[in-house]
Amino acid sequence: MLSDAERREIEEDIKAYADRKMGCVGALKIVQRHRGWVTDEALKAVADHLQMTPDELDSVATFYPLLFRRPVGRHVILICDSVSCYNVGYEDLLGYLTKRLGIGLGQTTEDGRFTLLPVACLGVCETAPAIMIDSDVHGGLEPPEKVEELLKLYE
Amino acid sequence: MSDGSERPLTGDFRSDGRPLDMGEYERAGGYLAIRRALKEMSPAEVMNEVKASRLRGRGGAGFPTGLKWSFVPDGEGQDAAGPRYIIANADEMEPGAFKDRILMENNPHMLIEGLLLGAYAIGAGCAYIFLRGEYGRAAKAIERALAEAYEKNHLGKDILGSDFSLEMRLHMSAGRYMCGEETGLINSIEGKRAIPRAKPPYPQVCGFMGRPTVVNNVETLCNVPHIIRNGAEWYKGLSQKLSADGGTKIYGASGRLKRPGAWELPLGTTARELLEEHAGGMREGFGFRGLLPGGASTEFILEEHLDVRMDFDSVQSVGSRMGTGTMVVLDDRTCPVGMQLSLQKFFARESCGWCTPCREGLPWVVHMLRAIEAGEGEMEDIDLLLEQARLLAPGHTFCALAPGAAEPLGSGVKYFREDFERHIRGKRCPWKIKSL
Repeated sequence: MLSDAERREIEEDIKAYADRKMGCVGALKIVQRHRGWVTDEALKAVADHLQMTPDELDSVATFYPLLFRRPVGRHVILICDSVSCYNVGYEDLLGYLTKRLGIGLGQTTEDGRFTLLPVACLGVCETAPAIMIDSDVHGGLEPPEKVEELLKLYE
Repeated sequence: MSDGSERPLTGDFRSDGRPLDMGEYERAGGYLAIRRALKEMSPAEVMNEVKASRLRGRGGAGFPTGLKWSFVPDGEGQDAAGPRYIIANADEMEPGAFKDRILMENNPHMLIEGLLLGAYAIGAGCAYIFLRGEYGRAAKAIERALAEAYEKNHLGKDILGSDFSLEMRLHMSAGRYMCGEETGLINSIEGKRAIPRAKPPYPQVCGFMGRPTVVNNVETLCNVPHIIRNGAEWYKGLSQKLSADGGTKIYGASGRLKRPGAWELPLGTTARELLEEHAGGMREGFGFRGLLPGGASTEFILEEHLDVRMDFDSVQSVGSRMGTGTMVVLDDRTCPVGMQLSLQKFFARESCGWCTPCREGLPWVVHMLRAIEAGEGEMEDIDLLLEQARLLAPGHTFCALAPGAAEPLGSGVKYFREDFERHIRGKRCPWKIKSL
């Protein structure tokens, strides 16, 4: 079941589209914002709401790295592992983060605070190495200790 | 002729990094081009001016923009049978590229005006900006600019007193390189999985919702208002005869450089000038080994190639492509096998899985590179990698993703073969000593 707020936001978002299906990525983002991730139940409810089959919608949901089909922590750290970051300190940054958080890529800290995931080039290569936490992009993380100040912003 | 100092795309940026608002954009001459086009020019005249300017697509392929527009059938104007669409490809996900982000964050109205002119030229009544999900700052800037443009009737019905109408909407995606491929983009915006479509029919004939659709890169569209405002001759002069093509280019460079960044310069500026003057050369303690001239999906070039002019035709003469014009530099303290592994991991992960060579070949390439990097490779792996580069090249796959992966792979193995062999002979990565 979609909540009233979710339903309202989805309707608002698909208003300007010619076809309800066009709003499916936006709708999945809305339920993810409310629930943290896209549960099977939410996926079925959104599919129903947009007159799609659950499989049809899941073929979209599983395609995009910013849509989570598994539970994630309160904050998601996406670390860029593409070439510009690789060349200027990605490995040091990854090593620092995995040690500091005690988790590897694809894992969530025990307190549920952070999930660590790889992501493709964030388009801030002039300030590599870079990460994205939730929807905020942060560059210039060399040396990797600089990430400490950032982590404080995400309780 | 221009003296090379003109920066039509970036010259009006605010120094504090905030986007120009409507008033600021108009005071800098913004929306004069669409006013002029609506009053004095037919759609065909707009298209012809863009053709004459020799503007070529800035997304990487370099296809002539006016020619692309001219493939939209059914004659002139918005009254032609059925709707047409224009979409700005703002899914900038080429590793190493960050130029479209800079344009959108700093001057979103320029993109809107470019779309307006493109829509007018092809008779589109609806435009979308397809933005990658990670570009939150650009999204905010565009949303505000769209609201301002609607408020002032630069968008909507009967724009600026004419009978031309255009609806424009921002579509926020959720990551995935495949969405930058124009048919994948069209599937994505329709709410489908972003796999590529067979061509022909080309999108200009049968695209979004089965209707004629033009997809143009952000930087390409941002050039159009300047061409219409100042004319094709002025535009061609911007490249100072350094290139057969017109205009400026937003070049960029990343890596161990003194000043990594982006610069708007005459099209045809040399790679050496970009690297040594604008990026300030290599950082202290780092030597230059090679670079990818236009993002991840272009062939490596070496020191001996640096005097090449960075335009579409010249870079091909040294065996690569200009691509997005944003260079990625390999230094001597970074392992070329590790860099290659990073590149191929990207392509393997981003493959949509639609066709076999890409879906199966790229993970195999990653597997071999990982083994070589870990000191577990064998000499025959090198030839297998080269064979894969050949089998992933154009003609074997459905879209350009795998050929894009083959470009740095084939050239990387060729130019840095000795480094690959050292990994295999020594059974370890020579760059990893310090961490042992």
